Formats: sequence, C-alpha cells, structure tokens
Amino acid sequence: MDWIGIVTVVLFVLLAVAGIAVIRTRNLFAAVMLAGIYSLVSAGLFVVMDAVDVAFTEAAVGAGISTVLLLGTLAIVGYKEAKPDHQPILPFFVVIVTGGILVYGTSDIPPFGEALNPAHQHEMVARYYLDKSYDDAHIPNVVTTVLGSYRGYDTMGETAVVFAAMVGVLLLLVKGPLPKRVHHHGRWIEVPPGTTRDEMVARLRAEADAEGGAPDREEDGDG
Amino acid sequence: MDDRVILKVGAKILIPFILLFALYVQFHGDYGPGGGFQAGVIFAAGIVLYALVFGLDRALRVMPFKVAYVCGALGVSIYLGVGFVAMAMGGEFLNYNALNADPAKGQHYGIIGIELGVLVTVFGVMLALFYAFAGRRRIDP
Repeated sequence: MDWIGIVTVVLFVLLAVAGIAVIRTRNLFAAVMLAGIYSLVSAGLFVVMDAVDVAFTEAAVGAGISTVLLLGTLAIVGYKEAKPDHQPILPFFVVIVTGGILVYGTSDIPPFGEALNPAHQHEMVARYYLDKSYDDAHIPNVVTTVLGSYRGYDTMGETAVVFAAMVGVLLLLVKGPLPKRVHHHGRWIEVPPGTTRDEMVARLRAEADAEGGAPDREEDGDG
Repeated sequence: MDDRVILKVGAKILIPFILLFALYVQFHGDYGPGGGFQAGVIFAAGIVLYALVFGLDRALRVMPFKVAYVCGALGVSIYLGVGFVAMAMGGEFLNYNALNADPAKGQHYGIIGIELGVLVTVFGVMLALFYAFAGRRRIDP
C-alpha cells in the first residue's frame, strides 16, 4: 500500500471514531467539538482526493462557522442531552438498512481517479473544459472557469440559495414571533400571542419602573 | 484586570491576517484553490472571532447587523448585475464574452465580477447567521 492509501485509511478510521463518539456522548459541547473534528478530518480526506476547493469549503464552513453556530445554540438550550425514554430500535434499523443500500450502491461506481471513467471521457464536458478553458478565459484554474463561466447559472442559483437561507433564518430568529414565554430576571413570564418584541420590552420596562428597580439597559443586539 | 489577556492579544494579532488571507483566497482563486465562497466564509470568520473574544456588542459596532444582511442581498445583485451588463453589451445573460472586445478578457472580467458578488453574499449571510444565533438571547430589558 502506498502512503496515500495509508493516509486514506487512517483518516477514514478517525472519521468513524469521531462519528461514533458523536452518537455516544450525552455531553452536547463534546458532540459539537467532535462534529467539528469530523468536518476537519473530512477536509483532510478531500485533500487526499485532490479536491482542494471542496476541502477548503469543508474546513471553513463545517469545522469553523457551523461549530460556532452550534455553540451559540448550546448557549441557549444547555449543554446536556436528556436521556431518551425508549430504545431507538426502529431508527437504528432504518439507518442500518439505508447505509447498507448506499454501500451496495458504491459497488456500481467506477474506480476512483481512473482516467477512463465515463465522467472524464465526455467529449463536450470534461475534455472540453480541460483542453479549452485556458484559451477561453486565460484563467489557469479550471475550477474557477467552470464555476464562474461554464456553469455561471449554477453558481448564480447557489448564491441565491445562500441568500434565501439567510432570509429564512432571519425570519425565524430575528423578526419572528416571540416564544410563548420569556425568561426575565429569574422568572418566566407568559407572552400573550400577537405581542411584538417592542411591546414586550416596553411592558417589562414599565413593570420594572413600577417596582422601583434600577434603570434598565436595552440588551437587544440587532437593529 | 482583564483575565483573558493572551486570548485578546492573540486574536488581535490573528484577525488582520485572517482578513488578509480571505482577500488572498479571493484574488488568487484564478490561479489556485479558492474563490468567492471560501473567501467570504473566511472574512466572516475573522469578524466572528472578534465577536467571540471581544463580545457581540463590540463586534456589532465594528460590523453592524444591517451591514451583514445588506451585503447578503447586495452580492446577489452584483452577480445578476454582471449578467445584465453582458446583456446590455450585446451578449446573452451571463455571457461574459460580450464584456470586452477580446472575449477571453471579457470572460476574465465577468468571472472577477461574479466572484465579487459571491464573496459579498457569503460574507454577509455567514455574519448575519452568526448574529442571528448569537443575538438570540432571552428578553432582558
């Protein structure tokens, strides 16, 4: 086995260990960190497979930003996962069957990196890109030309999807309806349906003034 | 006395290089791995690191929430704008050949333009998502 094979096996073993550890642990902080490690190991695998652009994205998004977002969520929901009150036999069965089908499916995939694979032989796609992309755009990195020019519509759609994801999250988290109750100075307060955030803040502030509390500070981050 | 001196000084040293590296990834995307998407994520990560170390309030003063979500929309507009400019100059939508008398140069301009759009959108969206998650605290007026 050459050294690339050894590195691949080591990375896959690490991947499996991290994956199993994420499932086993009840400490959500550890689970988030392990998920970050999982992403980083996947990025290493992509590098071994010569997909450096994908590895770059996986390391930056999977190991970086996602971990931070999950930690931000944990700060709200707490770090301990409750013990489930039943044995998840059925989900386990479904996962095993699905995984089995996927592994069976890989037996049809042509060998990795083989020059004669159909994907590399297509006259108007792979061969054209590799032969002509420098003449067409004078850009040495074929990936950039494919993403930006030959597949410009695709990339436009992806950019729009990223934008749509932001719109969705902002609607849900920032300007969305308030939860049914809010935590305020150590006690839970019911929020009547239809109350806006500003109304709730004004109400709580008025109550605090009536009780003669110290002048309060607006903690809301967004505009 | 601040109890996180090493963390803060370390972050202050790192952040300029992270931002600079993002620009390198953006502009070196023609020659090596990388491009608008990766650069946008790395640039946002620099601001996120600042927010983690120095607090959300100070990060919001450096890069307000509004800047984040306006960037999210602006980048898509830049991308579409390149497409429409190509149309205005006589080509099809997103056909960069029309952007210059020399088609290869036009391609180069077009790709730089759309990569800029991707950078701006991804940076804005990543930062807006972080602010949305990190700013989701219990109401505490």
